[in-house]
This record gives sequence, structure tokens and C-alpha cells, in this order.
Amino acid sequence: MLTMILKRAAMAIPSLIGVVIVTFLLTRALPGDPAAYFAGPAASPQAIEEVRVKLGLDKPLVVQFGHYVVDLAHGNLGTSLTTGQPVVTELRNRLPASAELTLLGLLVSIVIAVPLGILAATRPNSLLDHACRVISTAGVSLPVFFTGLILVYIFYYRLGWAPAPLGRLDVFYSAPPQVTGFYLIDSLIAGQGEVFTASLKQLILPALTLGIFSLAPIARMTRASMLAVLSSDFVRTARASGLSSFTVIITYAFRNALIPVITTLGMVFSFLLGANVLVEKVFAWPGIGSYAVEALLASDFAPVQGFVLTMAVMYVAINLLIDILYGVIDPRVRLEA
Amino acid sequence: MSDIAAPARRESGLGALVRQARYVISENPVTGFAFALFVLIVLAAVLGPELVPYDPLASATSEALQPPNAHHWFGTDQLGRDVFSRVIVATRLDFFIAVASVALVFLMGGLAGVAAGFFGGWTDRIVGRIADTIMAFPLFVLAMGIVAALGNTVQNIVLATAIVNFPLYARIARAEANVRREAGFVEAARLSGNSDWRILTFQILPNVFPILVVQMSLTMGYAILNAAGLSFIGLGVRPPTPEWGIMVAEGSAFMVSGEWWNATFPGAALMVAVFCFNLLGDGLRDMVDPRRRT
Amino acid sequence: MTIAPTLSVEGLSVEFRTRGGTVRALESVSFSVEKGETIALVGESGSGKSVTAYAVMGILDPAGRVSAGRAMFGGLDLLAAKPSQLADVRGREIAMIFQNPRTALNPIRPVGRQIADVLIRHGNVPRREAPAQAIEMLRAVGITDPTRRAKAYPFEMSGGMCQRVMIAIALAAKPSLLIADEPTTGLDVTTQAVIMDLVNDLAKELGMATIFITHDLALAGQHSSRIVVMHAGHVVENAPTQELFDHPLHPYTAELIAATPDSAASLDELASIPGSLPDLRRADLPPCRYSERCPRRIDACAQPLPRPAPGASHIVACWNSLTAKPLAMRTPTESAA
Repeated sequence: MLTMILKRAAMAIPSLIGVVIVTFLLTRALPGDPAAYFAGPAASPQAIEEVRVKLGLDKPLVVQFGHYVVDLAHGNLGTSLTTGQPVVTELRNRLPASAELTLLGLLVSIVIAVPLGILAATRPNSLLDHACRVISTAGVSLPVFFTGLILVYIFYYRLGWAPAPLGRLDVFYSAPPQVTGFYLIDSLIAGQGEVFTASLKQLILPALTLGIFSLAPIARMTRASMLAVLSSDFVRTARASGLSSFTVIITYAFRNALIPVITTLGMVFSFLLGANVLVEKVFAWPGIGSYAVEALLASDFAPVQGFVLTMAVMYVAINLLIDILYGVIDPRVRLEA
Repeated sequence: MSDIAAPARRESGLGALVRQARYVISENPVTGFAFALFVLIVLAAVLGPELVPYDPLASATSEALQPPNAHHWFGTDQLGRDVFSRVIVATRLDFFIAVASVALVFLMGGLAGVAAGFFGGWTDRIVGRIADTIMAFPLFVLAMGIVAALGNTVQNIVLATAIVNFPLYARIARAEANVRREAGFVEAARLSGNSDWRILTFQILPNVFPILVVQMSLTMGYAILNAAGLSFIGLGVRPPTPEWGIMVAEGSAFMVSGEWWNATFPGAALMVAVFCFNLLGDGLRDMVDPRRRT
Repeated sequence: MTIAPTLSVEGLSVEFRTRGGTVRALESVSFSVEKGETIALVGESGSGKSVTAYAVMGILDPAGRVSAGRAMFGGLDLLAAKPSQLADVRGREIAMIFQNPRTALNPIRPVGRQIADVLIRHGNVPRREAPAQAIEMLRAVGITDPTRRAKAYPFEMSGGMCQRVMIAIALAAKPSLLIADEPTTGLDVTTQAVIMDLVNDLAKELGMATIFITHDLALAGQHSSRIVVMHAGHVVENAPTQELFDHPLHPYTAELIAATPDSAASLDELASIPGSLPDLRRADLPPCRYSERCPRRIDACAQPLPRPAPGASHIVACWNSLTAKPLAMRTPTESAA
């Protein structure tokens, strides 16, 4: 087991190297003078020169890359022009907001998509099956920011059920004492039931938006995988052995069907992390996505690049976790006979 | 036992394709519907700007934020511009972005992929490394990074979309080229003195095209969503250019206060276009490889 | 005073809906198995032997449908029974083992647990004791070091061992009837013999009846006391083993025997059966599905087949069978009634 984890981790290293190289190139690929971009639109020619020397932009590219890597190793992602704060600090502060939202969105998605896929597979060609297919195709076509807006319009403006899309908490409440940064968890730890409910209310619409968005590939893959597994030899044996429907469908069929679904999760996360940025804008969510978008509007580049690098590193880590999870579920991979 | 009637003339490639298309459409009306919708979109893109009732850029602040009515079927936006005209005119830009992205990624990814599959060795390894590195990023985030670095222009949006889809096309093309490496017609071309690159571009790539065309239809949908998403966060087209994504962005502030038509109509147009391309992609898949029908 | 047979299949007909039409896979199949008896269902692939078993077990493909007949098991008609009644029978009173044992077992579940699943479901074994009992079952089917093997996965075991596991699963609830569908296909010759002996020994120990399905007539001859020959969905001959080999009555049986390699014959002497199976989707299938490839066809063969005399030990469905004195023959007009 440990060997498998180490092997997988080793395979992630080339990806990390690639990510660092690409983000470096992106920082230096700006058309025109990179120093001018980092100095900001209001800088004087002298200020630009200072920035150029300070950031070492006058040195050869290879040397710059060396500095870049050293900076990264020290956790230095530059400083934001607009706030004057180190990018790393702001990213760290805002990460829990994005993480809470993304994870909840994924949970919503799985909770709807997986049963839908199972039911569609066990009742082929039924109304449910067709509904599942339509939902899958429609889900892939909806722009995520549009879904968010429509949900806000219907549930906030029209029906008044949801609170205003103004971030993580209503103005009346203050954040619970920080333990994980997840308001849902922290408020429970601090015993603040009202804060818990308030945060949940703010989370529902954005999480639902993300969930609807990632529903489609998961439902589609679950259905396809279940269909294949249900007609396999070992399910036939399980049926012939008279095992209960539940045991056959869940313990025997579903666990095997889960394997391709888990490998799909990697792709789903790629979509989710991108969609996160859009959803944060719609709901004024103070996460790293909106941090980058606000910085973009102000032509403040260091946060944008820090954001891209962070997202990419997180994505590599997530893929590694998925790989390991895959090994946990499938003994054939784990034991690699 | 020979046929008494004369044997039928060998169907030309296009004729057979049309016949197959007709067969698939009759089997599956949904594909036929997607086809019709596609034609409608193309018409809107080509003829739209000539036929719309209002100038998409003409603002008339006295008529700002009117809900849909007899004069303005989709209402007016905050600057008094006719939303209907803007939505129709935006078709041309979004469609262009979709087609350009797909053409670019077909050339880039297709050529790189067939080269990797055909030559193997270092070419294969380099293309593989590039593809892996691209896939290490969440795709939209990478597109954001590229456009932020290079600047918001339509060309950069197209380039970013193409780069982000490169790995998928390279992989498919590589697999197909691998299979065809030893094929007879390739040998024949080689023997008649064609250089490897000529063989790649004129023999193998065209053969890989039908397989990729399914993916291309799906990518067109993705390209539009990508461009719209980038525009939504300010990295896309600049106002006042009519483009569906930026119209939704500008209209989003008004959704919260009840002026829904600003964002809803361009958003619906986005949905319809992407849905059409996805359905078309499914239909094309049935035509090209019925075994893989979902 | 005769004891009722363990299983009595009467007039079983099964059809399948396919894109190309309705396949009349089985027509009027009848045979019975006595308590403790081992019979063999023999025929080419496509003869319907497996379909018969699947129909009896109630695990037919959803496109399949029993159009006529009964399968009497202890006073219960399996084909007309309610799902709740079947749940008590399947896996508990009647068990089945399949070919390709590796794919017929759940690939991601340890084999001990697969046996325990059946024990818990049918064997009235408390959950806590099931693992220990499973190990005992593994020992009973001749697997060495059963305690360690119980934690193993199918891909870590040989084909022969997997088949033993399947036998353990099937016999866990001590059924009164075992259906073995080509259990030795895919195994090497030595293992084949070992597995067949194991099944026979266990059957004798449990007083269990066995239906052995195979295309290998020689194997059937070695391990069963009665052979039922099937062709294209019909039972064409049914006789005690020695009687069948000494005096085959149906032309198809004679061809089968001639085509079966035994230790004495050389390869040159192996005959092949002329013709091929008729297309079972045809609306114009003749009453005798062998008649189109039969060298002994006469005019009477266009008539419906003769009904077997009740209680006859050697049954043949043929108007022109091989002995001079046909045993179950009636004139066509009498049979038409």
C-alpha cells in the first residue's frame, strides 16, 4: 500500500515541474514590458525601472527562472499592487472559502448524480433513464454562471427563499472562531447553531450551481458503468446465489462500477475548479477565484499568477489523491501482481 | 451467379455521406433537429447583422431597461440598446470563435498527434510531455492564465481554447496514426517519393478527420462556453462588442433587481447553441462509429 | 411407490426478443432429475442447454421470456413462482456454478467474504461465525491453507482454485440440486478431472442431485448416470449413459458420439457433424430442427415429433431412429392428437 502511494506521488513530480515552468513562462510572456505590468498602469518610467531591477527582470531568462523557483520554495508569490499584501497570505486566507464551496458543490453533485445513474441503469429505457440522459446532455450545455444567475433570480428575487448573494454570511452574523476556515465546521465546533444555519443558507445556491454543473459527467459515467457491470459474469453468479437485490446492486455491482466513476472525478475536478471562479463572481464569494478576478480588473498581475499556480498545484494534489483512492478501492491496482 | 442488372456505380464519398446522414436522421429525429438548429445558427451568424431591426451598438438611454415588448422583443439593456439585435449579432462572433478554435486545435493537436503516432521516439515523448503538462492544469484556469498574460483579444481567446483542448486531440490523432502507420496507401505514397510530412498532412490527417469531427462538434460547444466564461470575468471580449458572455456579465447585476431579460436571452442563446453542438456531436458519433452509441 | 423427482422440467419453451426477430431458443424441453442423480445436458453450443438452466434459475436475460412450460421443484413451479418464493429457493435449494470461474467471481472482494455472503443469506449462520465457516467450506473443496486463501482475491488464484471457490459458494447452503454450466471449460485436462471428481464426491456426500451441462460428451459419459441430448432448443434423446453409448437412437446422438475423441480413436477418424444449426428466428422452422441436416430424413419428418411414452427410460424424438424396433414410435395421425 505504502509503495503504491509513494509510486503515485513520484509520478506527480514531473507534473509539478511542468506546472512551475508553464506558470513562469506565463509571467514572462506578457506582451510588451513585464516590468511595466508589475509596476502597474500608473507607474512612472523610473518606478518601472526600479521594479525591473527589484524583480530581476533584466537578468537572463534562466537566471530569472532560478530566482522564481527559489521564491516559490520560500513561499513567496509576490505582492499584490492593490492591497500591498503578499499574495501568499491572501490566498491562504481566502482558500477555505473556495474549498468549502467546491467540496459542498461536489457533494451535492455526487448525492444527486450517483443514485440517478444507478437507478437509470437498473431501469433501462424507463422514464427515469431518459430523464437521466436529458439531464446529462443539458447539464453539459448550461454555462455555469448562467445557472447561478437563474437560480438567484428564481429563488432570491422571485421566491425570496434564498438570501441575497452577498458572500458567506449575512451582515448580522460574524464568522465563527477559525479552526478549519470552513464556516460550517467551525460554527459547529464553537456551538454557534445560528451561524451554522446562516452560513448554510448562503452556501445553498452557489453549491447547487456548482453541483448542477458537475452532475452531468458523474451521472453519465455512473449509468454507463453500472450498465456494464450489471451484465457481467460475477453479477450473474451473485444473482444465481440468491443474494438480496440490495447486496447484488450495491455491494457487488456498484462497488465495481465505482472504479471508472472515480477516474472521472479527476476530469470533474478540472471543471469544478474552473467553474469555481465563475460562481464566486456571481455570488460575491470571497474565495481565491474572486481574488484573482478582482486583481485582473485592476491590472494587478502577481495575484493572478499566484492564483493559477496555486490552482494547478492543488489540482495535481487532488489527482494524486484520486489515484490513491483508486488503489484503495481496486485491489488489482494495489497489489499489482 | 452474376447480376443481371448492371452493378450500381461506386458511391462517391460525399454521396455516401449524405445518404448515411439521411439514414441517421430518420433513425434519430433528435439529430435531425440538431442539424436544423445548426443551420439556423449559421444563418444567424452569416445574415444576422444585416437583418436585425436595430443597430446593436446604438444606445438610447431614454429607453433603458425596458422589459420585452412589441418594439423590443427581448427588451433593452441599461444603455437602451435592443437586446434582440445584440443577441443575434453576437452569434457571428461566438460562432466565429467556436469555428476558429476548433480549426486551430484540429491543426495543432491533429498534426502533433499524428506526428507523434507516426514517428514515435522523441516526437512522441515531447508531444506527450506537452500534453501532460497542459492537463496538469484545471483547463479554465489555464485559459485564464493565458489570456491574462497575452491580453484580451479574440485571437488570444481562440489560442487559449485551442491550447487547452490540445491534449485531447493529440491523443486521439496519435492513436489513429499509430494504427495507420503501416497501411498500404501510406507505403504507396512513400514509394512514390512523398516526404514524411507530405504523407502526414495529405494522407493521414485527412483520414483522422472523421474520427476527430465528433470531438470537434463537442469542442465548438466548449469553445463558446469558454469564451463566454472568460468574458464573464472580464478576460474576454471588451464592451461594447456584442458577445453572449459579456452580455450576461453586464446583465448579471440587473438579475438581482429583477430586470431579467438582459442576461437571460443571451444566456439562453448560449445554452441553445451549446446544446445544438452537443447533440450534433452525438449524432455524428452515431454516423461515424455506431458501436460507441451511449 | 416412487419418490418425486427433485426437478421436473415439463414442456419448457423460451423465446428471446432481438433486433433481428424472435428467437425460439427452447421448444417443449422436458426432462427430470431424481434425488441424488447426476444427469448431463449435452449439445453443441447454441443448443439451448445453458438457456434451460438460466430459465430454471430465473436469471434469464431481460430480453428472454418463458412462453410455456413448468419447472416443478418440490411442488413449486419455479417458472410461475413469486419473487419471494424464488428468493428462498435460489442459492439455497438450487445452486449453480458457471464456466470461466475467474470472471464469475467478484474481482474486488476476497473469496472468503463471497462465501460468507451466501452463508449469511441462506445458511442460517450468524454474521460473526460466517468467516470461520467460509474457511471450512474452502477446506471442504480441497483448497490448501484456507485461512490465508480466504483473504485472497480471484485474480490471485488459478482457474482451478477459482472453480473450487465457486463450488464452495454454491454448496454453502447445502442445496438439493446443483446445476453446473460447463464448469470445466477453460481448465486444463488434469484440473478438469479433479474438479469433476470433487463435484461428484460432494454430491454423494450431500445426497445432492446434479445437472451437468457440457458440450463434451465424453466428459458427460464419465460423470453422469443419465444423458439428455439437446439440439437447437429441442431434447432429441434422453437415456441412461451406458444405454446411450451402446444404443444411440437419434441420428444426431450417433454423430455426436462419432465426433467425440476418445482414447482409442485417432484424429483422422474423428467425424464432424454435417450441416449447421438452423436459424432459430425463422418462422418456417420444421418440427424436427435436425431434419434439414439429417441423413436419415424421411417424409414423416415434416410431421410434429412423436410424443414420448410416459415412464420410458430411453426417450427419442425421431421418426426414423436408429434401431430397427423404434421404442416410442406412433404413427403421425395418432401423435397429432
